[in-house]
Amino acid sequence: MNEILLRHREIQNLDQFPIYRQNKGFETFKHAVTAMNPAEVIDVVKASGLRGRGGAGFSTGMKWSFIDNKNWPHYVVVNADESEPGTFKDREIMESNPFQFLEGVMLCAYAVGANSAYIYLRGEFWQLAAELDKHIEYLEREGFLGDKLFGGEYGLRLYTHLGAGAYICGEETAMLESLEGKLGQPRLRPPFPPTFGLYSKPTIVNNVETLANVPLILERGADWFRSFGTEKSPGNKVFSLCGNVEKPGNYELSLGTTFRELIFTHGGGIPRRRKIKAIMPAGASSSLIVADDKALDTPMDYENVPSVGAQLGSASIIVIDDSVSMDWLINKTVHFFKHESCGKCTPCREGTYWMQHLTERIHHGQAKWDDVILLQDVATGIKGKCLCALGDFSTEAVVSSIQRFRSDFEAVAAGAPTPVAVRAEQVSPK
Amino acid sequence: MNPLQERYGQEIEAVLAKYPSDQKRSAVMPLLYIAQREHGHITREQLGQVGDILGISSTDVASIVGFYTLYHDAPGGKYRLQVCNDLPCALRGADKFFDDLCSRLDVQPGGTTADGLVTVEGVMCLAACHRAPMFQVQSHTEITYYEDQTVDKAVQLVDSWRQVNGK
Ligand SMILES: Cc1cc2nc3c(=O)[nH]c(=O)nc-3n(C[C@H](O)[C@H](O)[C@H](O)COP(=O)(O)O)c2cc1C
Ligand code: SF4
Ligand code: FES
Repeated sequence: MNEILLRHREIQNLDQFPIYRQNKGFETFKHAVTAMNPAEVIDVVKASGLRGRGGAGFSTGMKWSFIDNKNWPHYVVVNADESEPGTFKDREIMESNPFQFLEGVMLCAYAVGANSAYIYLRGEFWQLAAELDKHIEYLEREGFLGDKLFGGEYGLRLYTHLGAGAYICGEETAMLESLEGKLGQPRLRPPFPPTFGLYSKPTIVNNVETLANVPLILERGADWFRSFGTEKSPGNKVFSLCGNVEKPGNYELSLGTTFRELIFTHGGGIPRRRKIKAIMPAGASSSLIVADDKALDTPMDYENVPSVGAQLGSASIIVIDDSVSMDWLINKTVHFFKHESCGKCTPCREGTYWMQHLTERIHHGQAKWDDVILLQDVATGIKGKCLCALGDFSTEAVVSSIQRFRSDFEAVAAGAPTPVAVRAEQVSPK
Repeated sequence: MNPLQERYGQEIEAVLAKYPSDQKRSAVMPLLYIAQREHGHITREQLGQVGDILGISSTDVASIVGFYTLYHDAPGGKYRLQVCNDLPCALRGADKFFDDLCSRLDVQPGGTTADGLVTVEGVMCLAACHRAPMFQVQSHTEITYYEDQTVDKAVQLVDSWRQVNGK
């Protein structure tokens, strides 16, 4: 636990520059810039098997190697938008282990030949951005950022940029549009950012947690990194655990740790002697997994979570107990996606609107079984027909819950009082 | 020079310096945050002023204001108390917290208190799901998180604002 990303929990005051330096901080960056060429840095990251922690799990080294070296300048854009319901890991990394994060950004920039990197933070992280600005200024004074670093030719500047409350800006091409001062609406792809990104230039977009891994990978080597996690999902992951669980919070564990270990050993189990009913492993964008023994014993990594009918995504584990009825739950998730749809394409814009009408009616006991079927049809109609993944995300909880928790919907359609009445009594366990 | 530049000239220059000189438009979001400090929302005049600085139309600027939820095109309370009632927080009692807070402050969700000081709104996930119930407060100048909240604590906070503002 806490070997890589949440090291600040083990090393006191790691968020202070001198302490980070005492722990070999920025030596790796200095070594890379003065003694390695960019391709060598990319090779180490490739060999480590690091996969993107923003959701898609794409090989980080591979992405970096796609940068188009015929077109300049290059940019790095850091995805610090962290808006998936249930996700709060990047925030802790940036707040408490900021220099390791910044060094990761700097190593990425060097590896792909970028002289400017923008950190795009959700607008609500206003104070956090101000802190990062201070750290960046400090690094400029100390000679780790600026022109002609360490007496060589390479120079680098970092900038923070605040979003202003739009989940869709976490989608990488919407983020680029937003950074260009336009509406945050996704672009048609291909071309992908490594060839056509910010200001139409080659751009690497990576998540905060992804980049926070890089300094230690370079310092200690790919084999060391591979000693954590599984063969196909190497390394540790910060799991954001929340919902109906005793000890919600961030847990840095090996990829491949089981749901059971996270929820019951680390998370302390389910409060008020309730039973676990379902798990959403990728935040609100997730399918609902039936929390039976098979699911609980499933390793949380990119290759095994699909075997129980979901994706690992950003690993925001939402725990749902048996007091929750799924008609209530999907009304919440659909409301979210309806609110966040950027409106660019019809299936998502109209589909989320209709789904919301239906989930409202169903949840309030004003619907018949036909409406549940209609909801399922609308969701299936959206899936696979949208410009970006948000459209699909909006259907995952809907389709999976109607399929896997059918009796909840049968009960509301038959006019039974929904168990969410219990929910309304509930107060925070704190 | 327009009034925005007169007041915040240096700061605006610093913002513009973050982006390539031929990509000024990138500064629209930071400039809107600066503009919003004045009144807590963006006025029609300010749309034009921001557009002037960046060389884009005020309609363009208005579309940005409309797209992003942290910019407001109409006045609200001096404090916007935004309770997260998204799924993870709701699993930890946020719906009830929101309802109870609204009735204690005698406002409808989305409404403003009778003294005009506080607008209470429900919002989507704020990346603090492990510390629910929680809310953020958006004032003219900043955003502050309040986590692990109770209705009593929140009402006390509102009372403290009332004192400061002589209400
Ligand atoms: C609707 C939507 C929202 C997303 N939100 C985020 C986010 O908040 N943070 C993030 O890092 N990635 C998010 N992503 C994934 C990004 O598009 C992109 O895959 C990621 O930033 C790549 O970085 P990585 O390879 O380091 O994971 C989102 C994707 C979609 C479709
Ligand atoms: S799927 Fe939804 S969010 Fe994505 S581009 Fe289309 S309308 Fe926008
Ligand atoms: S759901 Fe409320 S902060 Fe995440």
